[in-house]
Order: sequence, then structure tokens, then C-alpha cells
Amino acid sequence: MRMGIAEALRKAIHDEMERDKSVFCIGEDIGIPGGYGGAFTVTLGLEKDFRERIIDTPISEAGIFGAACGAAIMGMRPIADVQYGDFLFCAMDQVVDQIAKLRYMSGGKLKVPVVMRAPVGVTGRGAQHSQNLESYFMSCPGIKIVAPATAYDAAGLLKSAVRDDDPVLMFEHKLLYGSKGIRAESGSIDASSDIPEDDYTVPIGRGIIRREGQDITVIGSLLMMHFSLQASQMLEGVGISCEVIDPRTLWPLDLELILGSVKKTGRVVIVEESPKQGGVGAEIGMQIAENIPDYLLAPVTRVAAPNTPAPFSPTLEKLYVPQPERIADTIKRLIEEY
Amino acid sequence: MAYEGIITRIGKEKLTEMLRRMLEIRGFEEKIRFLFLEGEMPGTIHQYIGMEACAVGVCSVLEKGDVIASTHRPHGHAIARGLSMDAMMGELYGRATGCCMGKGGSMHMGDLSKGMLPAIAIVGGNIPVVTGMALAFKLRNERRVAVSFFGDGASNEGAFHEGLNMAAVTKAPAVFVCENNLYGASTSIKRALKIENIADRALSYGIRGDIADGMNVLDVYEHAKEAVDRARSAEGPTLLELKTFRLCGHSRRDPNNYMSDEEKEEWKNKDPLPYFENILKNNEIFTGEEIADIKQSVERSVEKAIEFGKGSPEPDPADIRKGLYVTMEVPE
Ligand SMILES: Cc1ncc(C[n+]2csc(CCOP(=O)(O)OP(=O)(O)O)c2C)c(N)n1
Ligand SMILES: [Mg+2]
Repeated sequence: MRMGIAEALRKAIHDEMERDKSVFCIGEDIGIPGGYGGAFTVTLGLEKDFRERIIDTPISEAGIFGAACGAAIMGMRPIADVQYGDFLFCAMDQVVDQIAKLRYMSGGKLKVPVVMRAPVGVTGRGAQHSQNLESYFMSCPGIKIVAPATAYDAAGLLKSAVRDDDPVLMFEHKLLYGSKGIRAESGSIDASSDIPEDDYTVPIGRGIIRREGQDITVIGSLLMMHFSLQASQMLEGVGISCEVIDPRTLWPLDLELILGSVKKTGRVVIVEESPKQGGVGAEIGMQIAENIPDYLLAPVTRVAAPNTPAPFSPTLEKLYVPQPERIADTIKRLIEEY
Repeated sequence: MAYEGIITRIGKEKLTEMLRRMLEIRGFEEKIRFLFLEGEMPGTIHQYIGMEACAVGVCSVLEKGDVIASTHRPHGHAIARGLSMDAMMGELYGRATGCCMGKGGSMHMGDLSKGMLPAIAIVGGNIPVVTGMALAFKLRNERRVAVSFFGDGASNEGAFHEGLNMAAVTKAPAVFVCENNLYGASTSIKRALKIENIADRALSYGIRGDIADGMNVLDVYEHAKEAVDRARSAEGPTLLELKTFRLCGHSRRDPNNYMSDEEKEEWKNKDPLPYFENILKNNEIFTGEEIADIKQSVERSVEKAIEFGKGSPEPDPADIRKGLYVTMEVPE
């Protein structure tokens, strides 16, 4: 059945809760009758089938992630979420110092199978509701990070995350959810997929080639994957053939796929919605530069937001987020120069 | 006659200003709600309809040098603190004339030069900051007060606990105003709290807790005055709980389906505006016609602000990289 990301995640969570009684959801406004089903409708209506296991909390992010950590250590499989990724900072100690490190500190004797869900994206709300937090957590050993750009991947990765014995942080994009009704987002992009009725998973740690090409590799996740595809389509007309890679998992990176593609094309542009400083592109780019320097025909190149917080003004916001045109221009320039 | 004492104490001039500010908040919010639903206004909004008495009652007792801090729901606080509706409208439209030059938007409304920190949209986030502002006043022996506005929901954040306790032990001249509107987004306070009065939490910090009727601006004024006076006289912080209600959705197009019709009806009958207007009429401060005149004048100011906002120039593209560091440009 055709589903958007919000709907596909809802089905995946439902399936997992049905399959495994140790799975439960914990978060703010996730199962209030007459409410929203979380900030973007992902858990809408799940409380009807699983009242006990949809835990609506006070506004207490440190509490939510700390409780998820404790429950996981004791054998449960919590799915904890924040309404906006930005609020992960309120829970940072629990996520970074507890969830990510307890297993290591125990000498590998315990495990913390928590799933954490966080919406990201610069979407008309100003600096404190817009951050793309991937790079903060990519610098934190102990957590796996997934970032699905399609409904198929979202559901498949959610299931893998729940079944994984390590902590998994899933970033979801506000403009890709396909949330409906009062929670619909303006400027949304269709990320829906045909979701099989039967159980399936998408493996953590495996990227995917979204479009094959010869001249240059373009790497982007979430919204930037869609914008990279759009840029590639624009460039088709001028005879530039782009290979678009969607990493899907940001930690661990699918280096085999990424390096394989760059070996073939010799050029790479990494696109990210967050500031360039210390970003996702810095890590991916350095992996390429370190591992296959001899294959590079052009400098490893990044398209990113400026090194500032997100501005509110829609005019400035549009300049802040890499648009397909900006991505295409960068690619074109790179091909012309090298 | 009811309220005669306090009415005399406050005086007609201040009462006029209080009524006008409350009407401005209501007029402003109703207008932008419409613009937002029409799709003309960008972003998201959290509105203050029904809670006007809280911001106006508290801000009416403040002096020029005092500072307030607000939340994701800041329009009411901003108007009550005396920000111009023009600059606010400019901000809502994301224009260069906005009170934050278009960088902040609805959730970060504020202007420190007017005594209002740009609003902090992280629930509970402003509480320790207010403790720090108050501490600065204390360390410099200034008779200024810092006021934090936050919701019932915010009182469950760790920042609330740390901010209040620290204000208590440092005896910071702060007032913590909890606008208890019975909901944090869709979550009823009954699901999030096992006590009835948030003011009771003051006990655990060893500070003063107090409760006022947040639908009655005169009651808010009286209780706020005591709390602010105490803070100013170095008698320590107060946790002041205002019992109030949103007569609008939590955000955007929220239809409040998680509230019962009876509850909505019950609170609609306590609407702070007609309530205050009646007190003023009964005490012969204003006639009905005079109030109608004020309403008309407020409506014109709101219309003018919309024109100003809409007609204002867009920020310059180069503005993206301005205003981040004091001492350097944004590095590429
Ligand atoms: C740390 C944090 N968590 C969650 C949110 C999302 N959120 C925005 S407003 C809100 C409800 C706040 O309730 P309350 O403090 O009672 O204030 P009210 O909205 O009722 O004025 C929530 C959960 C947020 N902005 N910040
Ligand atoms: Mg509230």
C-alpha cells in the first residue's frame, strides 16, 4: 500500500509492538485521545491498540531518554522520541553519557537496545526548531544513526532498529513525513513508497544508489537526497551524469558503496542541510580523501548551510538551505573545472 | 463595590493602559490567526488568546529596568512589555524591520532594549537564564527584577528545578511566573502532574509560592506586585502560579479535540476581557462607549502594524551571516 513516512513508521511501530511485547513507545503527546500522535502524527491512534505501551510523558526529555535507557538495560525495547530533534539537547546527558557509554563502561556486559526518533529540518520555525543534528551524534561513539529518505526505508530501518541490540538514533525529516490534517507541513516533498504487507527490514549500515551515473557522485540524506536527485535531473539536460547516493545509515557509513562509487566517477559532492563546520560532509569527505586519494580527479566538495544558526525569515531560510539549483551549480562548476 | 480599593490604588491612567494592552493582545492574535490560516503568514504560531490578564497583570507592575523572558508563546508578553506591534508584525513576516531583524520569528519575539529577552522556545529553557539575569542585578546592587514566564508543562523540565533552586540559594531578585493553562500541548496537567497547585513546588526550594486568578488582571496585578516588590527589596524569589486557560489552539490549526466541550465552555465564560471590562464599567472608570472607542483605536493600530509588516523590506541576503559573533565574521 502507498504510504508516506509518518504512516509507514506508524505501521512499522505497530507491527513491532504486536510482534514483541517488550517494545513500547515513550514521548510527549504521543497517545493522547483527540491529540496529534506525536508532533508529526507518527504514533496517531496507536494508543487504541496498545494503551499500556504508549507512554505519554510530562515535558521531560532527560526523563524520557533516561527512562528508555533504564528500561532497555532491564530487557525492554523502548522507542523514545522528541517532538523536534533540537530537544535532544535537553536529554544530551542521558543519550551521550548513559545510552552511548554504559555498555562499554560495563566491559561489554550489558546492552542498551534503545530506539530514539528525532525530527530534523529547517522548516520555517527559527533557530531552535530547525537543527539537523546528525553531526553532533556522528561524533559520539556508541550509537548507530539512521536517516531514511523514503517511506520504504523508514519502516524497514525502524524495524531493524527495534531488533538491534545497540542504541539506534533515527533522524526523520519534517518535510518528508507526509503528515496529514492539521499537522501537514507546507513545502513538503513526496517521500511515499509502496509498503509491503509482509514483514521486511532494511539493514542498518547499508546505503543505496538512488540514481546511477558516470561523471560525479552526489551524496545526501533525508531532504538533501531528494534535492540531489532534483539537481541531477536538471543536469541531465546539459549532459552531466550524476550518481546519487543515499547513505541511509550515517553511522556506521557504508564505505564500500560510497568509495566504490567515487572510484568510478572520480568526483564527489556531499550535500548537507546543516552548517558546514564539523559536519556530516567533513566525516564522509575525509573518509574518501583518506581511503582513495588516488582516484580523485577533483577536490572533495561540500554543499552545506552557512556556519550560522537557521534564520527565521523565509527569504533567508531559502538561501540558507542548499536548494537543488545551488547543488546543480556546484556540480557543474566542479565538472567544468576538473 | 467589588475591586474599589485596588481600582483606586492603580488609578485610571494605568487601568486604561492595562485595558488597552489586553485588547491589543486579543486584537493582534485574532488578526494574525486569520492571516496565518489564510496562508499569508509564514512559520508556526502559538497564541495567547484567553491568557491576556497574565502578561498584562505582571508587566504592569514592572519598571523600566526590569527584564522579562518568555516562551514559544510570546506575543502577549511582548505586547504587555511594550514592544511595538509594528516591529512584532515585521518579525512575524520575517522582514528586516522586525524586532529581531527577521532572524527570530514568532517563537523568538523580544527586544532587550525594551526589557524583554528574545523568547526562548525550548520549554523551560528561559528559567535558569532568568536566574542568571537576576543574579547579575544582585551582584551589581541594582534594584532590578527579572521575570520568567513559562507554562505548567515547563515545570516538569529539569531546567525548572535547577533554575528555581539556584535562585533560591542565591536569593536572586527573580519572579517565576507559571501560567498554568492546564495543558502542555495536548497533554492535560492531570496526566503530567500529581499535585494540583504548581505553586506548592516552591516549598521544596524554600521560596515563596503564591497563586492568582489568571483570568482576572487585577488579581494578577496584586499578586505580581507583591512578588516583584519582594524581589526588588532583596527578600528572594517567588514562584507565582496563575490559573488560566488557552481560548485557542496550542499551535497552528489545533482544534483542541483533546479538551471536553464543557471545559472549553466553562473557561470561555471566564474570558478575561469582558470580565475586566465589566469591572471597569461597574466602577465607572469607563462607559461602554469609551471602551468601544478604545477597541476601535486598537483595531486601527493592529491594521497599521499589518500594513507595516507586509510593506517592510525583506532582509538583505548578506544578513544571514550577520549578528552571530561579536568579535569576528562568520568563518567559511
Ligand atoms: C524542551 C522542549 N520540549 C518540547 C517542546 C515542544 N513543545 C512546545 S510547547 C509545548 C507545550 C508547553 O506547555 P506549557 O509549558 O504548559 O506551555 P503552554 O504551551 O501551555 O503555554 C511543547 C511540548 C519544546 N518546545 N521544548
Ligand atoms: Mg500549559
